[in-house]
Amino acid sequence: MAERGEGPEILRPARWSYIALTLALAVSANLLALPGVAQVLRPDLLALTLIYWVVYHPRRLGFLPAWILGLIMDVANGSLFGEHALAYAVLMYLSILLYRRIVMFGMIQQMLHVLAILVASQAVMLGVRVAAGADFPGIAYFVPSLLGAILWPALFALIRMPLRPRTGADVA
Amino acid sequence: MEYSPPPFFKRGPGLLTRFGFFALISVALLIADARFSYVDTARNALAALVNPFQRLFALPADGLSRVGEFFVTSAQLRRENDQLRRDALNNAAALQTQRAVAAENDNLRQLLGMSKRLERSSTAAEILHAPRDPFARRVVVDRGAQHGLRPGLAVVDRLGVIGQVTRVFPFSSEVTLITDKEQAVPIQVLRSGVRGVTFGIGYDGTLELRFMPVNADIQNGDLLVTSGIDGTYPPGLPVAIVSNIERNAAYAFARITCTPAAGVSSYGQVLIVSAAEAHAPSQTQTQTQTPSSPEAAATGTTEQEKR
Repeated sequence: MAERGEGPEILRPARWSYIALTLALAVSANLLALPGVAQVLRPDLLALTLIYWVVYHPRRLGFLPAWILGLIMDVANGSLFGEHALAYAVLMYLSILLYRRIVMFGMIQQMLHVLAILVASQAVMLGVRVAAGADFPGIAYFVPSLLGAILWPALFALIRMPLRPRTGADVA
Repeated sequence: MEYSPPPFFKRGPGLLTRFGFFALISVALLIADARFSYVDTARNALAALVNPFQRLFALPADGLSRVGEFFVTSAQLRRENDQLRRDALNNAAALQTQRAVAAENDNLRQLLGMSKRLERSSTAAEILHAPRDPFARRVVVDRGAQHGLRPGLAVVDRLGVIGQVTRVFPFSSEVTLITDKEQAVPIQVLRSGVRGVTFGIGYDGTLELRFMPVNADIQNGDLLVTSGIDGTYPPGLPVAIVSNIERNAAYAFARITCTPAAGVSSYGQVLIVSAAEAHAPSQTQTQTQTPSSPEAAATGTTEQEKR
């Protein structure tokens, strides 16, 4: 999958129901209770999914759904109301700004871009918490972004699996 | 819809405008939440909406542990049963003496003209999950305002205090653990009766006993129990065990670290205890939140003790 980044295949248009389904699955993955330290280190799959839809299907997803999902994550995490919402707004802004560039790159460069976007959105959350009086929790705070960027190729392949043309042999 | 009009003709507001709009609302919400707690109703509504899903997604983790339980051998079960029976016997003995001692205590208090110790009421709850938040030590339990909880109640497990209810939703509530950076517990050293306040430092398994003079009567291994002077935690619950003391005459205070007595970060059942009926006039019918904000109630002890 990674080597084929250059020649983009033509995907079937994504239905709204499918976009909603992937976002719902991403939210549930974020809500899933994990034991111990995995809970803190888990990458934000919802952020990754949002980036995917913005980058590969621009103009399908606007700020509003991302923002509302951010509020839902705030409630689920018990963080300040608007923290994830603001972070996702930043994430949407950066993704929309960069999507034309990102699709031109190979997988490694894409991962670096995704890493930058994820780190930026986490930095926004960090800024909010520090402004509210928290201490910097250490550099390990950004590990989820790193894991998220590493997961990007897998998520990319997973989301577009049902969108690839049904007929016709797979490009070899 | 994706392909109907040429996209470059219908742009709508610019990217930066849209971003600015949503960023501005978010910041407004943040300030409203952090400074004034105006958005609690919206938060409660959303929480009620999200709650069933949270329970649903807590299931796989539960399921895994259930599967583990399924493969328990009968030998293990018998051993555990024996252990529990022995514990029950020991506890029964302790309980019987405790009853006598409590009666005696009541009598003595009456003789001395002191007010009676207040009865506690408690609710059992189960920990649903820990939120994904590296800044705070919190857990969510499956009891909420509908079950009569309100912010400020103490939460204990079978070994000691684990925290305090800080935010109440209709069907669940958030418990801030004693290891949270903003959580303070007024304590008393069981052996010597010295009073103090433990503070969380934001890491699991460590508490700090601050502002104790260098010559305070504290030793390694001392058990710290709640003193009850805050009116939040009922007196006499185990909180922590002193694990390390650094007495340096160069500083005004000793550096004392402790280990929480309860399994603060392990999952399971907890008991939510109200400190005293005096603070909750009619506990069964207080379904709504107290007028003060949950944060104020939660950090009330913190602010008060820090001064």
